[in-house]
Amino acid sequence: MELVPVYLAFILALSIFLGFELISKVPATLHTPLMSGANAISGITLVGALFAAGADGPDWLATALGCAAVFFATVNVVGGYLVTDRMLGMFKKRAAPSAGERDKPVSEKPDL
Amino acid sequence: MTDVVVNLAYLGAAMLFVLGLKMLGSPSTARRGNALSAIGMLIAVVATLLSQGVVAWHWIAIAAAAGVIVGALAARLVAMTSMPEMVALFNGSGGIASLLVGAAALFPGVVGGAAGGEAAVSTFTAVTVLLSVMIGGVTFSGSIVAWGKLAEVLPSGALLFAGQRLVNGGLLAALVACGVFFVLAPAADSPYFVAVLALALALGVLAVVPIGGADMPVVISLLNSYSGLAACAAGFAINNNVLIVSGSLVGAAGIILTNIMCKAMNRSLANVLFSGFGAVRAGAKVEGEVKPITAEDASLILEAASAVAFVPGYGMAVAQAQHVVRELGEMLEANGCEVSYAIHPVAGRMPGHMNVLLAEASVPYDQLVEMEDVNPRMANIDVAVVIGANDVVNPAARQDAASPIYGMPIINVDHARTVFVLKRSMASGFAGIDNPLFFGANTRMLFGDATASISAVIASLKE
Repeated sequence: MELVPVYLAFILALSIFLGFELISKVPATLHTPLMSGANAISGITLVGALFAAGADGPDWLATALGCAAVFFATVNVVGGYLVTDRMLGMFKKRAAPSAGERDKPVSEKPDL
Repeated sequence: MTDVVVNLAYLGAAMLFVLGLKMLGSPSTARRGNALSAIGMLIAVVATLLSQGVVAWHWIAIAAAAGVIVGALAARLVAMTSMPEMVALFNGSGGIASLLVGAAALFPGVVGGAAGGEAAVSTFTAVTVLLSVMIGGVTFSGSIVAWGKLAEVLPSGALLFAGQRLVNGGLLAALVACGVFFVLAPAADSPYFVAVLALALALGVLAVVPIGGADMPVVISLLNSYSGLAACAAGFAINNNVLIVSGSLVGAAGIILTNIMCKAMNRSLANVLFSGFGAVRAGAKVEGEVKPITAEDASLILEAASAVAFVPGYGMAVAQAQHVVRELGEMLEANGCEVSYAIHPVAGRMPGHMNVLLAEASVPYDQLVEMEDVNPRMANIDVAVVIGANDVVNPAARQDAASPIYGMPIINVDHARTVFVLKRSMASGFAGIDNPLFFGANTRMLFGDATASISAVIASLKE
């Protein structure tokens, strides 16, 4: 048990470095989708909310707190991913003249 | 499912998050990246539901269904111009969710955490619960205030009052003190817990109130970072790896964006957060003659131009002018002109705000150029069309050492051969600073609503 906090701290430290490395070179064009996409990931707290709401027979207050958390985290997750997808669906390259609105995927090969 | 399987599923989810974020870094892979990350989330949620820790389903089903409906409707219905408000609200909902998870972890029987099965709450759990409640609370109330400012439910300017720092400092001290008392005797019904909650919410409000509207890109990125850190703290509280990994990835992402925004304004984070910029009206007074131009004359000049750069700002979002801008751009291109869109990193109310609006209007993203790339070529631009931007094109940032924005990197539209400035009136920009650009020898002012002005230019080009 005493070592658990240390292991968790290990994970924390390495993930922060990984996060910095991953995101340091995002082009300005994608700043908004990056932010809302990352925000959707922060809805991972939903996992904790499910544990809190789904535990067997604790205090009703714990269940109520858990359910409220489930609601807010679900809004965050579902809304975040969908709105990011909607935005990214609009980012197009010059090649495809903008006819079809949503269905066209972002073109596969960057012509640099 | 056994704990081992559940945790392996979490590992898979975390890997998908990392991969998804990586792919969000390039326009051609971003959409797939986001989808991968969503799949990761689905795996984590399903594994949690199937784990031994979750036994009571009915309440979860109701709460989750309500959340899905609200989230999906919000994501589908929001206008692209309201995206900053939407992001602020999503940040806030993430924050309060982490706060609630932290609070629930204080109750015995809530599984997944150190509190599971034990009657008393350990000191480690108490500290982490405290952190998730504090960060979650600040994120929540701060995001609500940010939303209010962006939606102009609240005054969007900086709000300063005497002794503000003293009040905030006192609040922070009280928060820490109550936190310490709570950790000494942790319990769900501790009065100190309620005090921590209330103080954290108050601190969130007071922290965002003194920050003006044009500094919102910084605030939004910072709150985004906090929402990740809150999830991270909740992960410590319930002893869950996937929360820690994902939360810290998001925290890091938000901090990087915050840093980029601060650099683009040549200000430190502390200056943005505490100075109440925008409430002070300062800088040299500019005198000179303003030269207005009619839409007809503007269209003649544009017709003869071979390189045109549009420089949008928040005013384009307000006027919803992105669609007519794209139409004008296409007409000029058809006329053989080279058209680009020069975007300042802090134009608008959140990072990348202008890019999203132009993407909505179907402007291809490879036509959007960043500040560093457009400035060296500015002398070859025949016409720079400034649409509702002010501070980000203000040459005082280069020339006037007394100006509050001195040193901020700007788009040097004054180096272009001709500058059109589309503006509703001669009112100064958000920072309240006079703009010498408007009095420049090669500047022409096209007064009026941006959409109406550009439509008039288009109409006269068609003739």
